[in-house]
Amino acid sequence: MKRTIVPLGPYHPLLEEPEHFKLYVEGERVMEVDVEIGYNHRGIEKLSESKTWDQVPYLVERICGICSTSHPFAYCLAVEDLLGCKIPERAELIRVVVAELERIHSHLLWLGLAGHFIGYNTVWMWAWKYRETILEICEKLTGNRNHYAMFKPGGIRRDFNDEQIEYGLNRIEELVKPLTMLTNAILDDPVIHKRLKGIGILSYEDAVLYSALGPTSRASGVPWDTRWDEPLAGFKDLDWKVITQENGDVFAKTVVRLLECFESVSLIKQGLEKMVEGPIDARIKEVPPGEGCGRYEAPRGEVIHYVRSDGSNMPYRHKIRAPTFNNLPTFKVSCVGETIADVALITASIDPCYCCTERVGVVDECGNEKILREDDLIRLSVEKTEQIIKDLGKVPTLYSKEI
Amino acid sequence: MGSVMSDLKNALGKNILDIARPRDNRIYLKVKPEDIPSVIKYLFFDYKCKFSTATGMDMREGIEIIYHFAREDKKMLINVKTLLPYPHPSIESIGKDIPAFDWIERELNEMLGVEFRGHPDMRRLLLADSFPPGKYPLRKDFQNSDVNDEDYDYEKSGL
Repeated sequence: MKRTIVPLGPYHPLLEEPEHFKLYVEGERVMEVDVEIGYNHRGIEKLSESKTWDQVPYLVERICGICSTSHPFAYCLAVEDLLGCKIPERAELIRVVVAELERIHSHLLWLGLAGHFIGYNTVWMWAWKYRETILEICEKLTGNRNHYAMFKPGGIRRDFNDEQIEYGLNRIEELVKPLTMLTNAILDDPVIHKRLKGIGILSYEDAVLYSALGPTSRASGVPWDTRWDEPLAGFKDLDWKVITQENGDVFAKTVVRLLECFESVSLIKQGLEKMVEGPIDARIKEVPPGEGCGRYEAPRGEVIHYVRSDGSNMPYRHKIRAPTFNNLPTFKVSCVGETIADVALITASIDPCYCCTERVGVVDECGNEKILREDDLIRLSVEKTEQIIKDLGKVPTLYSKEI
Repeated sequence: MGSVMSDLKNALGKNILDIARPRDNRIYLKVKPEDIPSVIKYLFFDYKCKFSTATGMDMREGIEIIYHFAREDKKMLINVKTLLPYPHPSIESIGKDIPAFDWIERELNEMLGVEFRGHPDMRRLLLADSFPPGKYPLRKDFQNSDVNDEDYDYEKSGL
């Protein structure tokens, strides 16, 4: 059959960042995927070499608007690894609380987008409504809904007072009920089962071969979680477990993220309840020559920062690797054999920091071109959901096409 | 925890130039560039490590590459270092056998000018296609003034 190239990207207003996919399709089936990145390359690694050790956290916080805790967390761990210093217990617990709040709001953001993609706008509205609770807790505890600027090498910048801790505990408790309702509604919905199960499968072997990270690998049964595997200060004394699923499809990734939200709620509660009195900063004076690695489990997977110091007040080299860098190439296996209607969903299923397309141009070998806009892509996806509803003969309560 | 050290020494003893364990959960190995493929394949396939990423660094006398491997169940990060001397830093590609290495080798190639012998698809990853060839932004001698507007070859820009 004739092979056609469908370019996807690089701009799409629905998601955050630009990225370009070339889908080699035969009919409706995707046979090969080529991913091009780099549209948003900002040279942060090079820029970091001209910032002082104290300024770098502000810089790395701006790598991603959603993982604005994970990057400073990993960077601070890297500097602390270089120094071999231990940070105070209170600072460790506050780090856990802020980082886990971020995980919930990131997972709920993803859930809403995935819901919108398949035409479940109720899921979208609900997920983002409950995400608002988390953002309000963030604002109360750290002073901002995002970009908290809480982290510094050696500890944290601002302490929690008793009133803030109580507020956090009350509000997070408030979230459990709606989150349970949302999870049950999604996991019980027959159409969501049909729509998400068995598509975009990443096998255990491929997850290992591509070194996939975070929920992407855990949905394929690879139990890698840096919070557990790196003996991270703070997490080791708390009671929580790593969520894994076996199937590796989009549904498994959804389940992992939903269940992880509950683990995060539990971690936040434990962190706030066990909050000990004491200093919040180890007061690092200078950074000697040496090297250190910091690893932290961001919502999307392991973030790794490597720093090398030559004894000056700036890093000699600062390497940053975000999880999407390892997760994106898995499309080369997970998208193959799927239809174009599913590709938008599969690419969204790894929760990439990416932006797919303002329009899709379908160019066949004769040079005929058909432009598919963003709405057309979503329409394709929604049509497939509607077909399933028709086959099922019953409209599920969660389903709502209207925004 | 000490078993990772002894495992590595037993399996790779003859390839290791230097081994250090500055922290409980960090191991740094130094190996020769020609031993890299065998060491990495041992760590990835036989020792079941996750490949986290690779760091390239301009060390004036050459490019140092550090491959970071995580052995999650042993809670250990194993870093494999090697130095590729100037003027032609070059090393065997791992990306042709293990897809996890594909992108990071492309990044090291464009940012630091490391040649990966046998890499199947050495296109630019992060830099624009129009960026002038032979300029490597992460090298220490790179200055912003090295690249001017007229050096860009806009004919090459992909879209």
